[in-house]
Amino acid sequence: MPTLNHFLILSGVLFSIGTAGVFLRRNLITILLSIEIMLNAVNITFVSVGRFKGTVDGQIITFFVMTVAAAEAAVGLALVIALFRHRETLSPDAFTSLKW
Amino acid sequence: MELFAFYVFAGIAVLASLGVVSSKVPMHSVMLLIVSFGALAGLYVLLDAPFTAVTQIIVYAGAIMVLFLFVVMLLNQHKEDDPEVVPASVLKPGLRAGVLLSIMLAIEVAWGLSQLGVRPFSTEPGAVSSISSVARIGTALFTTHTFAFEVTSVLILVSMVGAVVIARREP
Repeated sequence: MPTLNHFLILSGVLFSIGTAGVFLRRNLITILLSIEIMLNAVNITFVSVGRFKGTVDGQIITFFVMTVAAAEAAVGLALVIALFRHRETLSPDAFTSLKW
Repeated sequence: MELFAFYVFAGIAVLASLGVVSSKVPMHSVMLLIVSFGALAGLYVLLDAPFTAVTQIIVYAGAIMVLFLFVVMLLNQHKEDDPEVVPASVLKPGLRAGVLLSIMLAIEVAWGLSQLGVRPFSTEPGAVSSISSVARIGTALFTTHTFAFEVTSVLILVSMVGAVVIARREP
């Protein structure tokens, strides 16, 4: 029987993988996918702590996180399409005009 | 038995996530992320949350990933741009900051887990059935969390309009 600690460690590992992806990759789509990995790691924490405390609130927060992830993916991908149309590249290093 | 299932699903999720981050082809990344989401759905079943598991498959693997696939195919960029060589003046401080950050995070996580101790889940049938019941989730969603639910609908509407406006071709 896995314990709460198993799930928390798994969640930490997945979150670190997602963070590393955001910082190391040079492709806007892969960066968005890494953000999805991070959101899912947090979802695991919510559901397992909710299971530990015996309430359904963890699952409800997960439900809201999923809707926020859907909204984020829609707007983020629209931005990626707009940027690609502008510069014909997906590298985040190409979009530095807002950098001072 | 459940521990074995946990390790299988956790291993699949971690390996698939590593593949997502390391693959050079965006299409492979998206497919591996779908595999990772499937393994996570299995973990939700282990946590007695079948509703969340089904939502994970339908919303994440079914809807969000299809959106990603559409964009990957639309942009038709099969490979990552040739990676620019990061200049050493940027790489060294970046590496140092990354190592420092990860050591601090590891210490913090280890401290938190040592404070927590080993916490097994309760296995009483009453506790389990009250968690996994969809009726309970629906009741809580539409009584305690009504405001958040309504705000979420506004958020979806805003993001839908925003996506259309941002991705529109300028006339």
